[in-house]
Amino acid sequence: MSDDHVYLSLAEGHGDGDARWAFGTGFEDPLHGVSTAVPEDVDRAELAALCLALGDDALVTAQRLAEWTTRAPELEEEVALANIGLDLLGQARLLYARCGQVDGTGRGEDAYAYFRDADDFRNVRLAELPNGDFAFTIARQLVFASWRLAHFQRLTASADPVLAAVAAKGVKELTYHRQYAAEWFVRLGDGTEESHRRMRAGLDQVAPYLGELYAAHETGTEVLAVLRQAGEAAGLPLPDAPPLPGSGRRGDHTEHLAPLLAELQSVARAHPEAAW
Amino acid sequence: MSETRTTRGDWPLYEVFVRGKRGLNHVHVGSLHAADDRMALTHARDLYTRRNEGVSIWVVRSEHITASTRDERDPFFDPSADKVYRHPTFYDIPDDVPHI
Repeated sequence: MSDDHVYLSLAEGHGDGDARWAFGTGFEDPLHGVSTAVPEDVDRAELAALCLALGDDALVTAQRLAEWTTRAPELEEEVALANIGLDLLGQARLLYARCGQVDGTGRGEDAYAYFRDADDFRNVRLAELPNGDFAFTIARQLVFASWRLAHFQRLTASADPVLAAVAAKGVKELTYHRQYAAEWFVRLGDGTEESHRRMRAGLDQVAPYLGELYAAHETGTEVLAVLRQAGEAAGLPLPDAPPLPGSGRRGDHTEHLAPLLAELQSVARAHPEAAW
Repeated sequence: MSETRTTRGDWPLYEVFVRGKRGLNHVHVGSLHAADDRMALTHARDLYTRRNEGVSIWVVRSEHITASTRDERDPFFDPSADKVYRHPTFYDIPDDVPHI
């Protein structure tokens, strides 16, 4: 076995003329073989609104997770958070693309990501809150992943074949996101006095935004079950918090969304014809 | 998790072994820091299989690996250098025997 480079030895004996084996093989297109025709019994406006809302949740969360790059407490965690963000960004792209096919405008994914203002975004407000402490990011990610996973599991049976395929791909990703967050949630909650205090504070910050998630989708009891189970292991019961009025799904946002979008969109708006 | 109550910077080093999609054995791909075995596994997943490289991961604390040293190189490995008869190349191998 050659020890010149670890990935060369990984590739050894897997010739097949595939020189890029060391960088992974067998990549799949999640939409391979899926018809993009909209079934007749599907309400186009409803489907477009759903794709947009789920795409916005994913894009905004991905941007927040990307902000941890170079700032995470450990190099390994930085990669883990960025990976989760990139999974969500991939989901956003597919959902925006579907939205453009369905809503009659024929817009591409960039039009949704880069050329809409905060008022036009339909993400839940939980997604746009600033990262704050690492423990807050973990609390948000646990809630967000559990909620989205419950939602996507239902959507795998969607009447729209594209949305069903996107959901099927997302379920695997979100299962890992939830697991990652749950492990940190328990580790911090059941760790030192200081880590428990900070995990507690993170959960307290998230709690008022839970009601908005349940209002947006009938997955409340499943998310609560996850939070109770993780909370028992972590010694962190879910606090009672009255839900905040308004909803990101109707375009109500915190003051934090506009600056996030300004950064996200700045390059695309400065060079609107650029391709990358 | 009382054994993990260490401060940042104290995380032990782990060695990571990945079995490729079509590989038969786990191959050492690198190392990482983690607070416990479980975290080492998720870190390994995130650091070493994100380009679709693997189907199975082993992690082991680096301190649990006993390695031969450079000083031992001659007595360990040179004695086998002139004993070509230890290779099974003097036999006729049937065509239908795989992995040889």
